[in-house]
Amino acid sequence: MPNINLDGKTIEFKQGQTIIEAARDHGIEIPHFCWHPKLSVSGNCRICLVEVEKMPKLVIACSTLASEGMIVHTKNEKVVAAQNAVMEFLLINHPLDCPICDEAGECKLQDYAYKYSVGESRFVEEKVHKDKRVALGPRVMFDGERCISCSRCIRFCDEIAKDPELTFVKRGDRVTIVTYPGEEMDNPYSMNTIDICPVGALTSRDFRFKARVWDMSSTNSICIGCSRGCNTEIWVRNNEILRLVPRHNEDVNSYWMCDHGRLNTFKNVNADSRINSPQIRKDGQLIEKSWDEAVNEAVSKLKLFTKEQIAVIGSAYATCEDNYIIAKFAKTVLGTGNLDYIRHIDPSFADDILRTEDLTPNSLGAELAGIQPSKSGLDIQGILNAIKEKKIKALYLVEDDILEAFPEFENAIAGLELLIVHSTNHNRSTALADLIFPAATYVEKNGTFVNVSGVVQRIHPAISVVEQDRALDGMSMSRLDKFGTKWDRWAAGKKINALPTWKILTSVAKAMGSKIKFNMAEEIFAEMANSIDAFKNLDYDVIGELGAKVKSEISNNVKVS
Amino acid sequence: MEMETPTKRRRIKDLNFWEKIYVPEIIKGLALTFRTMFKPKFTMEYPEVKFEPTGSYRGRPVLVQEENGVERCVACGLCSRVCPALAIEVQAAETELEKERYPVKFEINMLRCIFCGFCEEVCPEEAIVMSKDYEMAFTNREDAIYGKDKLLIPVGKLQDRIGFLRQYK
Repeated sequence: MPNINLDGKTIEFKQGQTIIEAARDHGIEIPHFCWHPKLSVSGNCRICLVEVEKMPKLVIACSTLASEGMIVHTKNEKVVAAQNAVMEFLLINHPLDCPICDEAGECKLQDYAYKYSVGESRFVEEKVHKDKRVALGPRVMFDGERCISCSRCIRFCDEIAKDPELTFVKRGDRVTIVTYPGEEMDNPYSMNTIDICPVGALTSRDFRFKARVWDMSSTNSICIGCSRGCNTEIWVRNNEILRLVPRHNEDVNSYWMCDHGRLNTFKNVNADSRINSPQIRKDGQLIEKSWDEAVNEAVSKLKLFTKEQIAVIGSAYATCEDNYIIAKFAKTVLGTGNLDYIRHIDPSFADDILRTEDLTPNSLGAELAGIQPSKSGLDIQGILNAIKEKKIKALYLVEDDILEAFPEFENAIAGLELLIVHSTNHNRSTALADLIFPAATYVEKNGTFVNVSGVVQRIHPAISVVEQDRALDGMSMSRLDKFGTKWDRWAAGKKINALPTWKILTSVAKAMGSKIKFNMAEEIFAEMANSIDAFKNLDYDVIGELGAKVKSEISNNVKVS
Repeated sequence: MEMETPTKRRRIKDLNFWEKIYVPEIIKGLALTFRTMFKPKFTMEYPEVKFEPTGSYRGRPVLVQEENGVERCVACGLCSRVCPALAIEVQAAETELEKERYPVKFEINMLRCIFCGFCEEVCPEEAIVMSKDYEMAFTNREDAIYGKDKLLIPVGKLQDRIGFLRQYK
């Protein structure tokens, strides 16, 4: 492979790479605002100027191709002077907005002002004033004064979202960004521009002013908006999710995620509709009970039915671990083969960027973990018909809303003699349930999802439920979490009394005399790796933060929908 | 080389003759007492008489309220970040005013506050300053958390401190 010499260090590069890419592959960061690894090269910010020997002037590292024998300096006097000058130009018209700017703390301009700027401005004149607080679209707010005209957002809409909506207007220091006449920035990926904006010019209307980035903790997770399984970070303060941002994973979602996943997949966690305790229906009213009482109630009710009268519905929203325990519970404890899950397919949601037509994060994982009817058992349609014909009298429904999916069966389901539901929030099905177990959401438990292309990915708890302690359970902690006491209002966030489905089911199974026993999700996954071919040789360490492929021939054979 | 002989130092408890007989010491002490009786008083009869500190005094931190009744604070959260005792909680929200951002909640836990003045020093807006108020008494933890109702003080009453800051900060 050809080499270049970068600051005295010889590094290899691939033919066709630019200097900035070659340096990045070797862990050397050349400062950049407008360059982004997934966008076309624009070369307008000029902060990546470097000196290449034998070239008459400094060149920009983002658009200069590396070539054999090139000698590049990124830290010598000339380059440092150029970086200073570029920073001074960029800061001339940049307002001193940092105290009110949401980007503060994760702002490239702020960081580079410390790293590459002399820290003093010679500009004493009035700065150019532009429009502030412009709503570019339903989800994105624009501040013209903060913009440094790097054009990342414009290129993102053109190249990644494939929906050109933004453009520069005016010239010189009056240049600003607008949407095309009569258009607004409402493409389904618009909020990615907020992440790639190197300054606070684009901010999220949902997250705006809610919290400082240094007050929050972030936890790696997976989006549950569809079966793509975009890698995300969950940002939490005081046990409340404030925002989701995409996490880079080249094999799954690159740097992006869609606005639906970003905004609509966490609001239920702190909603008023959250179920905060096991509940038993007495005389038509749901009454809060302790876990033991609820488990005993479940056991005594389930024993009243023969195995042909019972059906179990797993969930494509639950983790593989949950579904494995559901399948095991149905087959070995209840002895029923009437086992399936509800598919949520919406072809209109899919696009050729990230979104898939399967709106659940784990249907492949649910099937691999064993949520399939046995040979003589009934599938979902069979179960529904059998409920209508009153052949099935007891239904164990886990983390899904059967009435939302099949509203036409409302009367049939209302006629069930026993409906046990695991649910995170109250919904149409819990309204009919005889017994409700509060289930932990995907942000409150450990586990794995298998995405549409067969990648197993880990989720981690970001919000603690009653049984968890952030420090003792190894969850990520902000400064406030570390030092708060129960008397500090800023540390006394609400905790829900819920448990992961697998934990609830193992205690029900235990009360029914089964020997199923697990202490943590990782143990379940270890057993799955032993007993299920698709997960062979996998464990939580192998999966890591970026996921691992399940055995492909198996994932290809399982057909979802 | 000549060795230096250590001089024997007199210790306080080694009393001399006059001290040992006690009476002259009593007279000395009484003389000091009588002399002091006719000098100006340094003590004050608190709480009947209150101590009025100067601008350099660091009493409880307060928020500056502009003449139009709006708080000067933009809820940037720097005071909360710098506070070594984590006494300050700020929750920002959007306002229609030009400053865009304001504290919808601003609470200082006076049981945590150590009166170090870092919040005042870090504030980019001169919006939180140390007042002259040193009288704080509570009977439970909840009362010790001061909200905006107790923290907002009209700018006119804080001129001493603001003048001091502009001169010395």
